Amino acid sequence: MTDILVVAELYEGKNRKTTLSAVAFARQVAEATSGAFDILSIGEGANAAAQELAGFGARKILETEIAGGYVAENLAATVAGAAKGYGVVVAAGTAYGKDLLSRAAGKLAAGVAPDISAVRVDGGELVYTRPMYAGNVIATMKVTTPIQFVTVRQTDFEAAAASGGSSPIEKFAAQADEVAKRLRFGSLESVKSERPELTEADVIVAGGRALKSEDNFKNVIDPLADALGAAVGASRAACDAGYVAADLQIGQTGKLVAPKLYLAIGISGAIQHLAGMKGSKVIVAINKDKEAPIAQVADYFFVADLFDAVPALTEAVKKLATAG
Amino acid sequence: MKILVPIKRVADPNNANKVKVAPDGSSVTSEGLEWKLNPFDEWSLEAALRLTENAADKSRVGEVVLVSIGPSDATQTIRQGLAMGAERAIRVEGDDAQLDAWQVANVLAAVAKKEEPDLIVMGKQVVDGDSNVVPQYVAELLGWPALNYAQLLKLSADGKTIAAQRELDTGVETLEVDGPAVITCADRILHPQAVKNGVTPDDFAYPVAEGGRYASLKGIMQAKKKPIAEMSMADLGVDAAASVQYIAFELPPARSGNTVFVESVDELVQKLHTDAKVL
Repeated sequence: MTDILVVAELYEGKNRKTTLSAVAFARQVAEATSGAFDILSIGEGANAAAQELAGFGARKILETEIAGGYVAENLAATVAGAAKGYGVVVAAGTAYGKDLLSRAAGKLAAGVAPDISAVRVDGGELVYTRPMYAGNVIATMKVTTPIQFVTVRQTDFEAAAASGGSSPIEKFAAQADEVAKRLRFGSLESVKSERPELTEADVIVAGGRALKSEDNFKNVIDPLADALGAAVGASRAACDAGYVAADLQIGQTGKLVAPKLYLAIGISGAIQHLAGMKGSKVIVAINKDKEAPIAQVADYFFVADLFDAVPALTEAVKKLATAG
Repeated sequence: MKILVPIKRVADPNNANKVKVAPDGSSVTSEGLEWKLNPFDEWSLEAALRLTENAADKSRVGEVVLVSIGPSDATQTIRQGLAMGAERAIRVEGDDAQLDAWQVANVLAAVAKKEEPDLIVMGKQVVDGDSNVVPQYVAELLGWPALNYAQLLKLSADGKTIAAQRELDTGVETLEVDGPAVITCADRILHPQAVKNGVTPDDFAYPVAEGGRYASLKGIMQAKKKPIAEMSMADLGVDAAASVQYIAFELPPARSGNTVFVESVDELVQKLHTDAKVL
């Protein structure tokens, strides 16, 4: 029997969908080991966020209101305090989840299984699967400390659906941490977009260095994304060059995505980029160079100048939509 | 200012798809691949060098100390870091392929206690293990704050506080941290004006680069004479047990099917609509 604690990821007082990937993991492990899972809703707006999660089958929800923007040092002592008595503590493998859980694990000298893609029970022990070497090696591993910390890939743990019921919500006292005084949150600047979020989108249009400028990126990539109802992503090169915000970067650094359709526009396909998107169901590449490494993963490849091909594709997609 | 920069060698990350797994699945072999400095470590070293120099007259105003855990042939990677400009290095004898995050963190924390740097600037992850766990462990072991994913660092006049921006999944966070602290760097730390130390003129722009600075010939020559202190984990009093156990490794399944080359936009749309059924 393994009891699991899910650490919810809050943003602007609401749960990010990432929380539900961690819930999916918790449900699977609880079921396989006849255990139960609880959820820790922690941060600013923890109470409202806890209520959002009441219908997902948790035994209970712990709620700790901690004001202020995100810094791990403000939350980690409470997470570590709440973790005692659980077999596994889990969060999504986002920047938030990895930053916070590693810090909390450190307080308990606990091992971490980071960014796992699967879990199974073998001889009563949890065995994790995780990609390494930019997704070029798949490892199986165990955590050997009494409390195990885990972060899960959203691309492999599909967001849990509500299952009904109403989990009781209990307050859990915040635990102070001296070190938190040495980090002062200023602000969080987010690029707001009407488009779907990158890690949740069914279709992604991603642009690379070949777009050559921020204006080109806007004028070429955005209309196609809008015609498809898609999210916009980018390669590291496009983010570094400032064509788009850094939080749109897809890859080994940056976001992991696995949409139904991924369009790689002017992206050569460095190993580090492939690591972030090769789990996509259908991959389309539009690139002048048919030898580009993106061909290793592309299902469809149109060898063309993107500045001609993409506007034409945008029109064709619109026409198809009108034709129904 | 004294900065400790942990570095690790990795199998050439641009050929990571050429790593192999032993037939019994017990280990990963990178035979035939060149050792490279972990890119995140290289960028962090670049940031540390920028924090400790006057870029206008190319003088050093602080000290960068490298620390690496590995066998004696890891010295080659350490020399690369010294050639970029670090003052000296420490090699802790150990099997870099076997030690886990907790053990590595304990070693790094022990070295930090000995060296008492103002900052530890390190890669957020190594591109072989891809874990992103060690920096937080190190900070916790030392009781220091950790600033993960920095894309902008600005040192205060007294050198004790850093105004920073960092990349989270939800946007760019602005915050301040009091040293000593652990800092990890995001890709954007290489931006020409991402690091300001109050000595290099604020309007100075470093050249646009995809990695850390190249070692000059002079740097390579000097690196041969720079000291590399060698010590064991026992010398540091570290006997931390592993917290995880790797059981087996395998290669991922290849993507099924071959690439279909299309000749026109119409053909692409038709195939996506009719064959793949994604439009």
